[in-house]
Amino acid sequence: MAPVIPKKKSAAGKEDIQKDFTEAISLSLESYKKQVRNNPKLRLIDIFCCILVAIALLECSFVALVQDNYPFNAFLAGFIICVGQFVLLMCLRLQLTNPFQGISKNKAFGEFVIASLILHFTCLHFIN
Amino acid sequence: MSVQEKRASAGAAAEPVVVTAAAAAATGSSGCTASSAIARALIPCILTAIVVAAVSSRLFAVIRFESIIHEFDPWFNYRATQYLVSHSFRDFLNWFDERTWYPLGRVTGGTLYPGLMATSALIWHALRKIGMPVDIRNVCVLFAPVFAGFTAYATYALTRELKDKKAGLLAAAFIAIVPGYISRSVAGSYDNEAIAITLLMATFMHWIKALKQGSIMNGAAAALCYFYMVSAWGGYVFITNLIPVHVFCLLLMGRYSAKVYVAYNTWFVIGTIASMQIPFVGFLPIKSNDHMAALGVFGLLQIAALGDFVKATIPPRKFKVIMLVSIALIMALGVAGLFALTYAGLIAPWTGRFYSLWDTNYARIHIPIIASVSEHQPITWPAFFLDTHFLIWLFPAAIFLMFQELRNEHVFIIVYAVLCSYFAGVMVRLMLTLTPVICIAGAVALSKLFDTYLDFSHTLTKDAASGKRKSFMQVLTRALVSASFVYYLYLFVHHCTWVTQSAYSSPSVVLPSQNRDGSLAIIDDYREAYYWLRMNTDYDSKVASWWDYGYQIGGMADRTTLVDNNTWNNTHIAIVGKAMASPEDVSYELLKQHDVDYVLVIFGGVLGFGGDDINKFLWMIRIAEGIWPEEVKERDFFVNQGEFRVDSQASQTMKDSLMYKLSYHGFPDLFPNGEGQDRVRGQVVRSSDVQPLDYFDEVFSSENWLVRIYKLKDQDPEGRELSDVAKFESAKGTKRTSHKRPQIDLRV
Repeated sequence: MAPVIPKKKSAAGKEDIQKDFTEAISLSLESYKKQVRNNPKLRLIDIFCCILVAIALLECSFVALVQDNYPFNAFLAGFIICVGQFVLLMCLRLQLTNPFQGISKNKAFGEFVIASLILHFTCLHFIN
Repeated sequence: MSVQEKRASAGAAAEPVVVTAAAAAATGSSGCTASSAIARALIPCILTAIVVAAVSSRLFAVIRFESIIHEFDPWFNYRATQYLVSHSFRDFLNWFDERTWYPLGRVTGGTLYPGLMATSALIWHALRKIGMPVDIRNVCVLFAPVFAGFTAYATYALTRELKDKKAGLLAAAFIAIVPGYISRSVAGSYDNEAIAITLLMATFMHWIKALKQGSIMNGAAAALCYFYMVSAWGGYVFITNLIPVHVFCLLLMGRYSAKVYVAYNTWFVIGTIASMQIPFVGFLPIKSNDHMAALGVFGLLQIAALGDFVKATIPPRKFKVIMLVSIALIMALGVAGLFALTYAGLIAPWTGRFYSLWDTNYARIHIPIIASVSEHQPITWPAFFLDTHFLIWLFPAAIFLMFQELRNEHVFIIVYAVLCSYFAGVMVRLMLTLTPVICIAGAVALSKLFDTYLDFSHTLTKDAASGKRKSFMQVLTRALVSASFVYYLYLFVHHCTWVTQSAYSSPSVVLPSQNRDGSLAIIDDYREAYYWLRMNTDYDSKVASWWDYGYQIGGMADRTTLVDNNTWNNTHIAIVGKAMASPEDVSYELLKQHDVDYVLVIFGGVLGFGGDDINKFLWMIRIAEGIWPEEVKERDFFVNQGEFRVDSQASQTMKDSLMYKLSYHGFPDLFPNGEGQDRVRGQVVRSSDVQPLDYFDEVFSSENWLVRIYKLKDQDPEGRELSDVAKFESAKGTKRTSHKRPQIDLRV
């Protein structure tokens, strides 16, 4: 998965484990950078993902700010479309980095577009 | 037997033979292009034959009786469909039905699953467009058989993914005629399950495909089928939990892969948002605990994907430590969060129906209304055999075979089988979801068997090379095994046809019985009575009856009812229960408060019909006692030995109760010496046991006394109690008009 969220620190506080974790995080970040460096498509997907996360957070913070989620369906639609699109992008990303047997990259992209369209249509319907 | 019916059984009988032949052809043709072309051509033919068999074996009900909607729930679906085709879809979703649950009404549009009605309305409109104006009733009646055909195809496609086309064909043939499925999908049984099983199979088929290929497209298709399923049946929760459990098992087995990620997430995200479009479901997918498993697995998969990414970068030993620590942390957090949310009231508590799945006694103790429904009772052993015949013993063998191969899709079938076997044991109606997996598993096992034993090519070609005697033995064993299983197939078809026509094809609105000479007599009391109501009562009159008949009264008599099969308001049902269980004056008061004009009871004592109101009376008492423990006591209705009697030994409370009086009013007079023989309970009811009715007038009893309708008397113009009026009249010596049979001229 792309934007590596820092893992939870072990409550036990064992130094070993903490070291392992920091090492794992740095290694993962490194391999992620390597993966993205020469691939503009992946970079594009990741930026899109970041934007989606930002929008989702914005929506949540707005709900927290006004202390009311009155048109709950609208909020839910807005939130879920972010999550859904994010997940679909991840699926596409997995297929682009490691194409599955029988599904070419182009086919994967086509399927992604169709699935996204379905998602958007449902969410639009849900927003009212 | 009509020609059509014969054709139906013949079509069904021909089926497995065709399938076996195809299996044989396909087996023998391995490698040979010419015969594989034959096999390719055969498959569509066989599938068509299977679909024809599936449809035709469900037509017994139409041929024996007529094109009529069956049972109880279908009447509501039918009424809703009628409403949908006469109004717009928007009206339908906003439908507030004030003619049920009087005086509360029911928000029908928001409390039903519209998939079934929408589909049949669509079919109706489409048929009109192409110039075939079919009556909506016929669309509804033939709905289930047609969708059974689709189910057969979806099962074929699903089983094909598990093993191969041969197994698929066998599975399709099994599901087409297996009684466990036919029980809910004969013509006229216009119920949600009719379409739901089709969609269940379609969803699973797409799910397996998505999992195998890792295709977003199939995941989305699974989600759309799931959406359709949500719109059609409350049992969609089964899918909502089964797929996550499957994925969870795969994760535990260490089988995470990018394909699992793609398939599950696409299905979950699109499926969840889509399911919220159904008004009745609404925000449940993010609120109710039933759906939390899916959400949890969704989160888990994200973590697994992250873990997978990390795993590729660091040495495995270190990864193990990290993984264990993270998993422990996440589990603790997740469980704590779930508890916190449930206690904070953000997530709906587990529903009663759900509890009754785990604890069979839960419903009986806490919710009589759920326990009183016959389809919520635990299943009996013979029912398994009756519903699936020889597949039931192929089923465990198939599960064993799946364990041997254990690909991802086999794990799915195993999980499905385990969960469903348990649930079917708890609730009889869940046999319906178990049946498909039994068919699939049975087909896989049988086709594996046929792969080995029906393959004679080996012995024929290598005849010269090996010893003659050995090859003879081989041929013999193979022939024996194959022949016995072909015979089993024949028995299966025979059994299915027999069960279908004898057990599952009765509309229950019209009862079959036999004349003395053995010919078929049809008891049509229900429709007679409902039609009487429709023609002889005011359009706005309110009819009180036990909830079982609410949908039928709404559908056939078109009169306002107090309670119906929707059973959403326990208190309201208890009111009717109390009215039936109380003495006449109390009931009269209570019923008058609810503007009731007529009371309808079902009485089987004359006919020997066991499912009548006296037999259901205990449930009425129990439900009423749940709300008014002071006024209605179950104990009072039993005689000392704890027996439930209706004859002269019956308890006084029993004899005073309205239900008893309404049922047996005038009954002993039918018999010589006033000794009425109750043919259901086998007890003698004398005229002295049945007190006269003071507050009710008998207005109609059907031909066999199955349905009895009473009218509430008007209040006395002089303001006296009606019981006093009766006393006064009898003291005066005026003969009260007691007509044994209602006047014929009332009927139209």
